[in-house]
Amino acid sequence: MLTDLTIAQAQEGLRTGQFTAVELTTAHLAAIDALNPRLNAFLTVSHTQALDRARAADAALAAGAARALTGIPLAIKDLFCTEGVRTTAGSKILQPFVPPYESTVTANLLRDGAVFLGKANMDEFAMGSSNMTSAYGPVENPWKRRQDEDAVLVPGGSSGGSAAAVAARLAMGATGTDTGGSIRQPASFCGLVGVKPSYGRCSRWGVVAFASSLDHPGPFARTVQDSAILLRSMAGFDPKDSTSADRPVPDYEAACKRGVKGLRIGVPREYRSDGMAAEIDTLWQQGVAWLQAAGAEIVDVSLPHTKYGLAAYYIVAPAEASSNLARYDGVRFGLRTDGADLRDLYERTRAAGFGAEVKRRVLIGTYVLSAGYYDAYYLRAQKVRALILRDFTEAFGRVDALLTPTAPSAAFGQGEKMDDPITMYLNDVFTVPANLAGVPAISVPAGLDANGLPLGLQVIGKPFDEETMFAVSAAIEQAAGFAALPTLMAGALPAPRAGAFPVPRAGG
Amino acid sequence: MSLDLATVRRIATLARIRVEENELAKLQGELNGILGWIEQLNEVNVEGIEPLTGGAQMALRMRDDVVTDGGYPERVLGNAPERIGDFYAVPKVVE
Repeated sequence: MLTDLTIAQAQEGLRTGQFTAVELTTAHLAAIDALNPRLNAFLTVSHTQALDRARAADAALAAGAARALTGIPLAIKDLFCTEGVRTTAGSKILQPFVPPYESTVTANLLRDGAVFLGKANMDEFAMGSSNMTSAYGPVENPWKRRQDEDAVLVPGGSSGGSAAAVAARLAMGATGTDTGGSIRQPASFCGLVGVKPSYGRCSRWGVVAFASSLDHPGPFARTVQDSAILLRSMAGFDPKDSTSADRPVPDYEAACKRGVKGLRIGVPREYRSDGMAAEIDTLWQQGVAWLQAAGAEIVDVSLPHTKYGLAAYYIVAPAEASSNLARYDGVRFGLRTDGADLRDLYERTRAAGFGAEVKRRVLIGTYVLSAGYYDAYYLRAQKVRALILRDFTEAFGRVDALLTPTAPSAAFGQGEKMDDPITMYLNDVFTVPANLAGVPAISVPAGLDANGLPLGLQVIGKPFDEETMFAVSAAIEQAAGFAALPTLMAGALPAPRAGAFPVPRAGG
Repeated sequence: MSLDLATVRRIATLARIRVEENELAKLQGELNGILGWIEQLNEVNVEGIEPLTGGAQMALRMRDDVVTDGGYPERVLGNAPERIGDFYAVPKVVE
């Protein structure tokens, strides 16, 4: 089936005329129409726009003017502003918002010929690890537990819709954003490759801001090579983002073939917590053995401040969020709830427009930045952040990349880990340090747990050395030979169950 | 440090989020749970450490102080919940 192809295979098929871009896009739109009512991976599906772009791709192919992604159908996380296409950030407060401009990352993908199928569901303002905080309903993970096919699992988050769409073959790849693990954790939960590049590699311009010093746009794909193809297109210097890195973008696809012979791979001992699940630890040891067998040297390293990463993150990220989300005031765009006066309008608009998790984080952020508490919380967290970066810098003096698990567990059920906010926060314990330090990291599917659910391994690279990160993850991919498939995917549709569609639809 | 109800109310006001009286106690419990968990940072010796503001590890670029964009009020105002001419409209703030 066309929906089973990798991006690299689809490029070849389009170039050699085995099928057209219109056929490829039509196959994906049909899969979305069949499965999205159940998965809720897309909030907006752009049938007409996608087919127009596919026709233009066929014209370009016929004229010999194809580019890197000509005719490749992608899902776009609903955090990226797309000109003329509603962008909600998964929040009620942006329900009516239609951006008059295109984000730099999506503009780069369009420049290279990509076809956008629609906008992917996500945790509200990217605050969550399960997609359960979306104002437009949860996303169903297309993977099922072997012994319990009725349980509805989360796809992870915040980029849960992007991950579910790529896993279920509704899209060949997707954009996501990763502020504390929001690409890598859903990639691990859905059996995908997910990349958080170096801070500054992909422009944040036009991406709805959550925590500006931690937000990283990046790709999802089903292979390391595909993720490398997507990142090369998405990345690049952008004068419109003051933190964009003015560096050339290397050929990441070529880097995937480098191999790991002679590389020094660090295994950070602090990632082995007492409570680590045995199968996570076993998979990690397997990863170490694979890399060793491929010619890498394994080095024991120490990142002593790892355990403080999450707590520092939950000061820095809410502080930045409280500032970034101040713009949603019911005046210039988005939802408005009228009030007795201007201040009442602000307060009622934000009370009605923000969900519970967003409110909690804005309030925590407001508190840690408020007079009298700034030094005790925010300044201290920034110092701990400096120590976490120092840990990485020292480790990278001895090794070329680090290998760790991506997440502490496989996908869990909808409604689990919801008892108190911190239980959900602990999902990101292995991913958050790379956001605090700005170093590149990737999750690559490496095995299955006892229930048949995918588990990922994380490779962390030196700043702006995504190439080594791709080389190491490609070696793991090759050794793992991960071939398992989700239960729900295009062309493999089990009969729908009654009552399986608890999905409030986005308006507009 | 534990937040009392008055402090929760004050933070909500600073954040311009209306919180109903019957929601305050639950919110107080959640916020105190998070702040209590964060206190583990007090174990870290940060003596002499310079705070790190971001992952960019570079100085912000300067650009020429000139107008580079604008001149399309319809696009700018297209998402306004309420407008009067080329202006955003809000409830009266000056008597």
